[in-house]
Amino acid sequence: MTRIELKIKTERRAPHGRRRTIRSLVGRAAIYFMLSAFAVFYLVPVYVLVVTGLKSFEEASLYRMWELPSNPSLESFRKALLGGFGFEGIAPNLKNSLMITIPAALGSALLGSLNGYVLTKWRFRGSNALFTLMLFGMFIPYQSVLIPLVQSLMKLGLYGTIPGIILVHIVYGIPITTLIFRNYYATVPTELVEAAKVDGAGILGIYRRVMLPLSWPGFVVAMIWQFTSIWNDFLFAVTIVQDPLVQPVTVALNNLAGSFIVEWNVQMAGALLAALPTLLVYIFLGRYFMRGLLAGSLKG
Amino acid sequence: MGLLDRLRWKRDKIASVLFLLPSVILVGIFVYGFIGWTGLVSLSNWNRLLPDYTLVGLRNYFKLFIHPRFQIDMHNLAVFTGLFVTSSLVIGFLLAILLDRRIRGEGIFRTIYLYPMSLSFIVTGVVWRWLLNPGSPQMGSAGINQLLDRLGLDFLKSGWYTDPRIGIIAVAIAAIWQMSGYVMALYLAGLRSIPEELREAARVDGASELQVYRYVVLPFLRPVTLGAVIILGHISLKVYDLIVAMTGPGIGFSCDVPAYFMWESAFHANRFARGAAIAIILLLMVSLLIVPYLIHSLRREAQV
Repeated sequence: MTRIELKIKTERRAPHGRRRTIRSLVGRAAIYFMLSAFAVFYLVPVYVLVVTGLKSFEEASLYRMWELPSNPSLESFRKALLGGFGFEGIAPNLKNSLMITIPAALGSALLGSLNGYVLTKWRFRGSNALFTLMLFGMFIPYQSVLIPLVQSLMKLGLYGTIPGIILVHIVYGIPITTLIFRNYYATVPTELVEAAKVDGAGILGIYRRVMLPLSWPGFVVAMIWQFTSIWNDFLFAVTIVQDPLVQPVTVALNNLAGSFIVEWNVQMAGALLAALPTLLVYIFLGRYFMRGLLAGSLKG
Repeated sequence: MGLLDRLRWKRDKIASVLFLLPSVILVGIFVYGFIGWTGLVSLSNWNRLLPDYTLVGLRNYFKLFIHPRFQIDMHNLAVFTGLFVTSSLVIGFLLAILLDRRIRGEGIFRTIYLYPMSLSFIVTGVVWRWLLNPGSPQMGSAGINQLLDRLGLDFLKSGWYTDPRIGIIAVAIAAIWQMSGYVMALYLAGLRSIPEELREAARVDGASELQVYRYVVLPFLRPVTLGAVIILGHISLKVYDLIVAMTGPGIGFSCDVPAYFMWESAFHANRFARGAAIAIILLLMVSLLIVPYLIHSLRREAQV
């Protein structure tokens, strides 16, 4: 019955006559035009980054920003990486960013997974309230913890060090990774856990043998999310790490771009290099990136 | 339950607490403990390099409220937040409903709209500082202004961040560029979760396409809008990196915001108490936005 009705409806909605076809064609064209216009708006900065990065110093000027390079070369990228007259390159900082981002993303994902497991499969009185209290940490302006953070890291001898900033990113990553894993484990049937309990498995055994093998999608989402936000962090890095040799790439890029000695083409090449890792992650693993985005916004 | 079972149950109960313990301790100290500590600093007399915890009451706050720079900052923050949140919502919603109309190449469009979200605000700031550089009277227009010239839209030309009247608006443009695709993704996910039968039913009842949006789609998307406002709002209140990379505080603090003033107070000028007071004010503003939302979701979950 419903199927027949639906069929009638679609028939009624089908455009009849030439006039209607033309009108809907114009409408379609307008939609594609608007979508393309927005696409141009979003792509303009990348165009400028790439084109300027490929230019020489003589060509890279404010007034010739839109022109294509007459003689494209990778020289600016080399300079941005290795440095030039009067400035340091960002190659060591890219390495620092990797050394910070990977362990911190792993650490916070692991803690998030433990928390998500307990908060979904071993709930206790007040566990939801505890989760909400944790979640609050995700939204705070980090300015409200910076002064004590610097004081404490100094006392612990971790101020200005890579382990120090890794610790900071692990701790402030706990709320979001807990949220991601809690949402993810909520989709794992509780019967699996109950069955393992009946078989005599304990809390750790169930985690290792039942949950962990099922967890990789959760880990992918949490790791990608954490990789992106830690790689892109500036506030913690600029506050905690003063030594240019220890700073991650966001701070180094800001210094590079703030220096009057450094040519525009080198600045743009540096910006592109700093953006590349997260950009590649987004392009190739966009599906998981999206899931992290949605987890961060709409609660489970 | 046998004795053995009961023992095991008890053991697992304790173990489950142990699983959570590291995170609870870390978050307890690094979030709640440090917020309390910052609150204490904001009530103290610590306005030089070495700590001084002599309590002075709310003096730092009172001084802040009459501080000209802080007043400009709050005004800028209001302008920035208003423009950034509403524009991102409107653009994001528009893109989502356009993309929802069975578009060929939807995946490509979506990728293009969303990629800025994966970039650091520092990268965004570096690029947009260049794009919105207005040029000079001697050399003519540069960047976006030059583009507007060529398109015959020169009435839209502006001094952007070099114009003290609208500096903060230029920063908002860069922020909208970065975050509006995110709102698109949220709305698109929301649109896709509306059962097609619902829209179809409205059409059968004789609703026009516009009415379908007004009476079916929009009410359905209300939670998405709420979520987006909260996410955008808290990002907006915290904006800092973008301003560092793009403009700095600007002429007459025209691009300055409280988060920037906080950092300069504490870590450049050693006025830790003032910095802490600004940080607490920021935290209170974010909390006004977030806490009702968190409590609401906690209650909703308790009902389930």
